[in-house]
Amino acid sequence: MAEPKHHDEPTHHGEHIVTPKVYLAIGGTLLIFTGLTVGASLIDLPGDLNAVVALAIACIKMTLVVLFFMHVKYSSKLTKLTVAAGFLTFVVLITMTMTDYISRAWGRW
Amino acid sequence: MDSHTVAAQTAEAGHAEHEHPAFLRHHFESVEQQRESATFGMWLFLLTEIMFFGGLFCAYLIFRNWYYPAFVAGSHSLHLWAGTLNTTLLIISSFTMAMAVHASETRMRKALVGWCIATLILGCSFLCVKAYEWHDEWVEHHVPGLNFSPQGFLHGTKDYPDDKLSLDMAEKTQVYFSLYFAMTGMHALHMVIGVSLLTILIIRGWGGAYTSGHVAPVENFGLYWHFVDIVWIFLFPLLYLISRHQ
Repeated sequence: MAEPKHHDEPTHHGEHIVTPKVYLAIGGTLLIFTGLTVGASLIDLPGDLNAVVALAIACIKMTLVVLFFMHVKYSSKLTKLTVAAGFLTFVVLITMTMTDYISRAWGRW
Repeated sequence: MDSHTVAAQTAEAGHAEHEHPAFLRHHFESVEQQRESATFGMWLFLLTEIMFFGGLFCAYLIFRNWYYPAFVAGSHSLHLWAGTLNTTLLIISSFTMAMAVHASETRMRKALVGWCIATLILGCSFLCVKAYEWHDEWVEHHVPGLNFSPQGFLHGTKDYPDDKLSLDMAEKTQVYFSLYFAMTGMHALHMVIGVSLLTILIIRGWGGAYTSGHVAPVENFGLYWHFVDIVWIFLFPLLYLISRHQ
């Protein structure tokens, strides 16, 4: 009864139960990165480095949440492709818009 | 699952010729196929959410470059401790939600309800801190359109004495606060929806609906909750952190 069932269906992704140990490790890492990003914001880094560090840490945290908390690491290829398509579309949204804005002689950039 | 359980969960007498759990819809061949389809559908919904928040992030990036001093001064007026506390609360709530999914997969009813209640409490705590911040911004006259005054940005503040903007640029802090309220407001709306759905999950989970193999509702709510967490993971540095030393 406690055992999850295993059917051999062609569409089914290998059922993988992530252990609490993994969740605890990921949660702890996310809290450490939160501390790091707050600490880094208190230091006056040269140029735009403060923004770069903060966003890089945010990207690392997002990747950990997506891969482990959202199970994408253990998901089917269909799910992985869907998630990848989402990020690609988001990157297109940001980069294409920004490319347009920074390439115009509006005097504000 | 043994045959006794399947028989017990067979919905109606007419289904005896093809036994299946009551939660398995007829157009799916197996629970696994149903779960995979639900996950796929949930991710497609989350993609539309990525584009929705993506538009707000895009607007924020553009206007931050246009009215840079106003955005820096606006960001200086936020409480770093509140943002940090809220980030911590949300990350812990993501952990408790992941544990709730684990409890559903391993069919532990009380653990499922317990982790869901922990997530609910953390989510409500986040909203309380957010409400405190919004109230503070109302008191400080930082709410565009309702209660705004540029006075606070003309003469420098206690923590940032150099924040002396021209009247024209001080008015532009309204752009920062408009985006601040739009982004944190839409995020908070998602949290309120999440907390409401979680309440339903807790009530139905207590009745044992999700600890007999029917993991998909808990799992997909988890995806939604983690997505809302990710939005905050980016809102936190953009709104609170990156302008500290500018």
